[in-house]
Amino acid sequence: MLIDQFPAIVVAVPLVAAALCAIIRHETACWLIALVVAFLSFVGSATMLGQIKEYGEPLSYKMGGWAPPAGIELRVDLLSGYLLVLVSLIASAVLIYGRHSVRSEIKEGLRGLYYAMYLLCMCGLLGIVITGDAFNAFVFMEISSLSMYTLVALGKDRRALAASYQYLIMGTIGATMYVIGVGLLFTITGTLNLVDMADRLGPILDTPAAIAGMAFVVVGLSLKIALFPLHLWLPNAYAFAPSAVTAFLAATATKVSIYLLMRFIYSVFGFGFAIEQTPIPEVIMVLSLVAIFAGSFSAIFQENVKRMLAYSSVAQIGYITLGIALANATGLTGSLVHIFNHAVMKGALFMLVGGIALQVGTVRLSDMAGVGKAMPLTMFGFVLGGFSMLGVPGTVGFVSKWYLAVGALDNGWWWVVALLMLSSLLVLAYMGRVIEVAFFRERPEGAAALKEAPKSMIMTAWVFILACVYLGFDTSFTVGVAEQAVDVLMGGAQ
Amino acid sequence: MSDLSLFIIAAILIPAVGAAFVASSGSKPNVREAYTLVTAALLFVVVFLLVPSVMQGARPATEGFDILPGLTVRFVIEPLGMIFAMIASTLWIVNSIYSVGYMRGNNEKNQTIFYTCFAIAIASTMGIAFAGNLFTLFLFYEVLTLSTYPLVTHKGNDDAKAGGRMYLGILLTTSVVFLLPAVIGTYYVAGTGDFTAGGIIPADESPFLIAALSVLFIYGIGKAAVMPVHRWLPAAMVAPTPVSALLHAVAVVKAGVFSVVKIIVYVFSIDLFSGSGSTDWVVYAAGFTVLVASIIALGQDNLKRRLAYSTVSQLSYVVLAAAMATPLAIIGAAMHITAHAFGKITLFFAAGSIYTAAHKTEISQLNGIGKRMPFTMAAFTIGALSMIGVPPTAGFLGKWYILSAAMEIQDWFVLFVIFVSTLLNTGYFVPIIYRAFFKTEDVAPSHEHGEAPWPVVLALSLTALGTLSLFLFPEVPLTLAKALVGQAL
Repeated sequence: MLIDQFPAIVVAVPLVAAALCAIIRHETACWLIALVVAFLSFVGSATMLGQIKEYGEPLSYKMGGWAPPAGIELRVDLLSGYLLVLVSLIASAVLIYGRHSVRSEIKEGLRGLYYAMYLLCMCGLLGIVITGDAFNAFVFMEISSLSMYTLVALGKDRRALAASYQYLIMGTIGATMYVIGVGLLFTITGTLNLVDMADRLGPILDTPAAIAGMAFVVVGLSLKIALFPLHLWLPNAYAFAPSAVTAFLAATATKVSIYLLMRFIYSVFGFGFAIEQTPIPEVIMVLSLVAIFAGSFSAIFQENVKRMLAYSSVAQIGYITLGIALANATGLTGSLVHIFNHAVMKGALFMLVGGIALQVGTVRLSDMAGVGKAMPLTMFGFVLGGFSMLGVPGTVGFVSKWYLAVGALDNGWWWVVALLMLSSLLVLAYMGRVIEVAFFRERPEGAAALKEAPKSMIMTAWVFILACVYLGFDTSFTVGVAEQAVDVLMGGAQ
Repeated sequence: MSDLSLFIIAAILIPAVGAAFVASSGSKPNVREAYTLVTAALLFVVVFLLVPSVMQGARPATEGFDILPGLTVRFVIEPLGMIFAMIASTLWIVNSIYSVGYMRGNNEKNQTIFYTCFAIAIASTMGIAFAGNLFTLFLFYEVLTLSTYPLVTHKGNDDAKAGGRMYLGILLTTSVVFLLPAVIGTYYVAGTGDFTAGGIIPADESPFLIAALSVLFIYGIGKAAVMPVHRWLPAAMVAPTPVSALLHAVAVVKAGVFSVVKIIVYVFSIDLFSGSGSTDWVVYAAGFTVLVASIIALGQDNLKRRLAYSTVSQLSYVVLAAAMATPLAIIGAAMHITAHAFGKITLFFAAGSIYTAAHKTEISQLNGIGKRMPFTMAAFTIGALSMIGVPPTAGFLGKWYILSAAMEIQDWFVLFVIFVSTLLNTGYFVPIIYRAFFKTEDVAPSHEHGEAPWPVVLALSLTALGTLSLFLFPEVPLTLAKALVGQAL
């Protein structure tokens, strides 16, 4: 059956296409190739998810025909299918969105290579999700990270280079920690296949080597996730990368690492050990709450709007990891739903801000005076995105918050609910600042006339903004898949 | 799905679709105003077609739309919601007539946005009135806050921005920090949020939990303006007068007290609310607000601000009555919602009329204005008498029921509050009337003026007449109010 080959195709095609782009280098041709490939990945991922949802059986592909655990297994279950759809969807959308902004932000000779890197990055992210092998995940992690460092460095601002370098150092430390952890686990289990590793770890979880391996993996991934206080690379990378890269990065990169962390905590180490017998949930919970408050609080004081949204991402990542720490079905559902919801809303916001960067030339708050009148579609979209971030009912943000709050009540942690609600106020503060400047201040005298960003940018962003509202009412996809995916995760515990 | 459920959907969709039409009318004022008036008229017809069956005991409902398992958007009409929808849809027509005169008379800018947001606000008001469960109520409650923000900041200057910040800040903060946890908590404890006769919170819940929920609800519904979360209301007075009139005397603030009454009756149940000692504090908090807001009103020279503090005080009458939670008191609360709506909109209309014709905003400037603007000031007088509670105005009815309820349970605190606040009401309204009719102009006005444009005068005369006729013919709201507490007429 063709669908059995899909897991390999979804990863291999972007890899080959990336090489092709690097050879062709012609801007439009590369863009077309990238778009077609990304879209095909999306169709492939969606088909696989549909198939798995219908039959309830994960898809497994044996690389080179070698049977796991000896060979490398590509494995798609509901959880990974969900992430595949997310990554490939965002990748396709950002390609449609980014044509104009890439032209204005990246030097002419480099645009073909940009698309090559973009495809490589997508290939890496899809690979992390699709592989069932711990070391293979590391390889894909490096593919995605290295291409991402390049993408960030392409930013117009010279500070992009420093940001990329900072990201590279931190990212490499994280990846190294991860690989050390995997190495330790490999020495005691003799396997790299995640399912097999989980089986073999069972009886020896309590050994120092296993605990050390677990610690390395968790810390390494936390760096990739940008979990507070390991988030320092994120604000600069998001702020100075080209707009399209920021939109892609913010919506996908950290999410994929969160996926891997969930896999390790729930499936490999297991609920019974990682959650019940180690301090992992307590530590993650405290860090998540600090991330939520510190991230949002820092966002209030940013002058650069992209940086502000970046700090907001640190906070939103806190919401997602909080769900991991709640460690019950409802909280974990909230976490998974928020992975998707946050990607949609933050992706949309970064896209809109990218439009402002293109038209206004900067994203400094003080230069955004009067933008509301000149670019009403952009700013109205920004307002709706802000509602979603705030968790207004009828938007995706509300759905996530509802699940997290009920999950906290399930644990009897009403004070977490109180903190969750208080944290929304900070969102109001930083989003409100932008909206006030855009709508209540006049454009300075003599400033050049402004018009809306190109249609392709506005429309893509608005599709995501409308999705924020639509998915706030029709939750059958996000919540439906997330609930079943939680069964996969929690089921691994028994 | 019955035929009546289509009417419910229509009542919410008509203003929403109207908003789209108004938005598309661009800068053609005649088309825009025609759309507004037609929409308002259609809504009025639809709402009043629902009244007979609700009065006969029907409870029309729509099918639920599940957002999450257990979390449903659903509309059900019960008597209190019917009353609220009738008030809002009736007064929207009058207010639209008034707006035409006011907005043109003052050459306001950006009128298309104004009328669009107004229609969206009415759509969300209908959603609140017909909400069948807590989630639906909360959803439209938030939409109402957000859609009225552009109306408050309409002028776009620094005052408007500061007012808007206060408005959004307090209303959103209270709803997110207090109301949302209360809603989540109720679903969690009761397993449902459906408004059910007899309440949904189990009577054997711990008093601590019931007290906590009552605090979260009363202060979470910032629109009810119980002190200290009342400050958004005076701040919202920077808006054009039609906004202050319909939204900040009727739709928005009544959405607040309506929600309080509805939650006390259908979520807590009046037995639980009056029986458990853990909610007694609400009576005192509301009584305190009634008195203190009246005292503050005494000291305001700006007419709209005095009216705003009077609204804060009158809203807490409703909360006070609802918190007594006896059948008689609930009837009083429902009647007071109705009476105050008609009376206060008249007062605001009059204030806007004075502003349009004479460009005056302060009470101290009003000497002798009754001679120049007899209709306006006569209507003002009727509205003021209704606030004080003098027959033959509607305000008397609400106060009568609340007083009877307080006597029935011999609540001396409530009696004291009503007695003193009536004196205070008299103290801050009668001097205005006295100035207008019995003092002579001390300074000649900057320009000769008579009455405001005719749509303005027509509108305020209609609401003044409404205030009087509600006293004479209170059957419809009274029947519904009695049905609310399960009494036949």
